[in-house]
Amino acid sequence: MPTLDPKLNPHLLLPTVEKVPTRNGYGDALVELGKTNPDIFVLTGDLAESTRAHLFQKAYPERFIECGVAEQNMMGVAAGLALAGKVPFVSSYAVFVPGRNWDQLRVSVCYGKANVKIAGAHSGISVGPDGATHQALEDIAITRVLPNLVVIVPCDYEETKKCTKAVAAYKGPCYFRFTREKSPVITTPETPFEIGRAYVCRAGTDVTIAACGPLLFEALVAAETLAKNGIEAEVLNCHTLKPFDEATLVTSVKKTKACVTVEEHQIIGGLHGAVSETLGRNFPAPIEAIGMPVSFGESGEPDELLTKYHMKAADIVEAAKKVVKRK
Amino acid sequence: MAGGTSLTELTRIATTIREDIITSLLAAGSGHSAGPLGMTDVFTALYYEIANITPETRSAADRDRIVLSNAHICPVLYATLANRGYFPREELQTLRKLGTRLQGHSNNHSQPDIPIETCGGPLGQGLSQAIGFALASRNHDKRNQEKTKEATSAPLPTWHTWALLSDGELDEGQNWEAIMMAGKFNLRELTMFIDRNNIQIDGFTEDIMPLEPLADKLRSFNWTVLEIDGHNLQEIIDAAGQARATYENPTAIVCHTIPGKGVRFMENRFEWHGKPPNAEEAKVALAELRTFAGSITSEHE
Repeated sequence: MPTLDPKLNPHLLLPTVEKVPTRNGYGDALVELGKTNPDIFVLTGDLAESTRAHLFQKAYPERFIECGVAEQNMMGVAAGLALAGKVPFVSSYAVFVPGRNWDQLRVSVCYGKANVKIAGAHSGISVGPDGATHQALEDIAITRVLPNLVVIVPCDYEETKKCTKAVAAYKGPCYFRFTREKSPVITTPETPFEIGRAYVCRAGTDVTIAACGPLLFEALVAAETLAKNGIEAEVLNCHTLKPFDEATLVTSVKKTKACVTVEEHQIIGGLHGAVSETLGRNFPAPIEAIGMPVSFGESGEPDELLTKYHMKAADIVEAAKKVVKRK
Repeated sequence: MAGGTSLTELTRIATTIREDIITSLLAAGSGHSAGPLGMTDVFTALYYEIANITPETRSAADRDRIVLSNAHICPVLYATLANRGYFPREELQTLRKLGTRLQGHSNNHSQPDIPIETCGGPLGQGLSQAIGFALASRNHDKRNQEKTKEATSAPLPTWHTWALLSDGELDEGQNWEAIMMAGKFNLRELTMFIDRNNIQIDGFTEDIMPLEPLADKLRSFNWTVLEIDGHNLQEIIDAAGQARATYENPTAIVCHTIPGKGVRFMENRFEWHGKPPNAEEAKVALAELRTFAGSITSEHE
C-alpha cells in the first residue's frame, strides 16, 4: 500500500496542519547563517520587511545593504561583493529580481561566476490582490536558461530554510523563489534536502505528479483523492529546476508511464518545460500541465486565483485521470 | 604599484601599448580602435604607477581591484597587461580568435593569471561591481578596527577600487543608481575614471544624449570631481593620489581624452569607435605612432 514518506510532516493531510509563509524560512535562515559566517551579506531594494530580510538587518546591521529602488545596481554590487569573497543574498520581489536586472544577472553574476544568491519573493499567482504586474510567473523560465545558475523552488517554510542554508554553502550563483501567503508545512527538519536531487514524497505506480513550490501540497492532496479512485500517484518534489534531477523523474515515469506537472508559473519554460525536455530525450510519455496557460494574472484572493487558473487539488486529479487515459 | 618609472619611460611604454593595440586589432579583423587609443595613457599610469598590483602580487588578497566597465576598449587593457608582464606580448595577436583568453569583451575567467576582476560588455555594469569591491574592503577595515585588541589574529586585507567608465555609457540608468549609492555611503574606497572623449557609436555624446554639465551632476551626487587632461601622465598620477587622499567621499576623475589619440586619421572621429584598421591603415598608424613617440621623447628631454 503506497503511503506518504514518513519523514514528511505527519499532520500534513490533517485539517490542523500548520501554515507558515515560505518567506519566513528565508528570514530565519539568514539570521542563523549570519551568526556563524561573517561573510554573509544581505541586500535589498526597499523591500526589507516583506522579503523578511529585515530580520537579518536587525541582527547584523553592518552587513545589511539598503540599495533603494535600484535593482540593476543592486545585482552589480552583489557581484562585486561576491568576487571579493563575500556571500551576498539579494532580496527582492521575483518580478523585479531577476525581472528587472536579468542582464546584470547574466553578465555580472553568471558569466563572471560570482557567488551571488538571489531570493525572489512574492512569486506565483498567489501574490493575489496586487495583480498581474506583481505576480512573477516567468522567473523560472528566464533563470533556468542561464549557464552557471542553480534554480530552486522550495515547497514550504522548512524547505526554504534548508534551501537558504544549502545555497549559502554552495559555491556559485543560485536563484530561489518563495511566496507571500501562508502555506502548509509539508516537510520537517528531518526531511532530506539536497540541491539537484528530487524527493519522492509519495510512492505510486500509475501516474507521476512532478510538483514544485507550495502547490506540492495540492499534489499530495490530489494523490489521496486519486487513491480512492484506484489510481496510485507517485508524487515528486522537484524543488531544483536546475540542475534538474533527470534520473529520479525518468525512473518514476518508466514505472508509471504518465506524468502531470504542477507549478505556479507559466507552463512554458518552467517545471513543465524541464519535465518535457527530460522525458522527450529519455522516455517519451504523455504529460499534462498544471500552471498558468501563458497568460497574465489578475487581482483576487490567492485561493480564488488558484481556483480560477485550475491549480487546485481537484484540477490535478482531473489532469491525472486524463493523462492516465492517454497512456 | 611599481612606482618610480620616469615620465619619459612611461611615455615610451604608452607608445608601445598603442602600437600593440593597432597590431592586435589588425590581427583580429574586428574590434574598437578609438577608445583604446584614447585611454592608453590612463591605463599606463594606472597599471605602472597608481594601482597597488604587480605581476608578483597579481593574486594577493590586498591587491587593488580594477574594474573595466566599458569592456569594448579591452584591447588597451590586454596590451597594457602584456607590456606590464602579466602574459606574453605575442598572445595579443590572438585577440578575438577562437580559443583565446583575450575575448572580444574582457572576462575574469583567466584569473589569477590575468588579473581581470569582472566581466564587461553590456554597458553600465562596472561601477556597481566596483562598489561591491569597495564595500567589502570597508567591511574588512571595520572588522580590523574591532579586532585590534586581539593582537594575534592577522588583519583582513583591504584595498582601493578603481573603476573605468566611458562617457557614452553614462546614458545607462544603472550608472546613476550606482553613482547615487556610492555618494550615499561616502565611498572613499572607490575612484572612477571617466573617459570623456565625447563620442559614442552614433555620434557625439552631446548630440546623442547630452551629459553636460557632467562635473556638476557628479558633485550633486556627493562625489569629489577632478577634471584632467587624460593624456598628461603626471596629471593622471596626481589626480589618483588626490583621490586616494580624499576621505569624505568617492572621487570621479573626468579624463578629457582624444579618441584615437596618436593616430591622426582616427582622432576625434566617431567612425573609428567600433572598427579596426585594415593593413594599409595599420601601416600608416604604426608609422605615425613611432614618429610621434620620437617627438614626445625629445620634448621631455
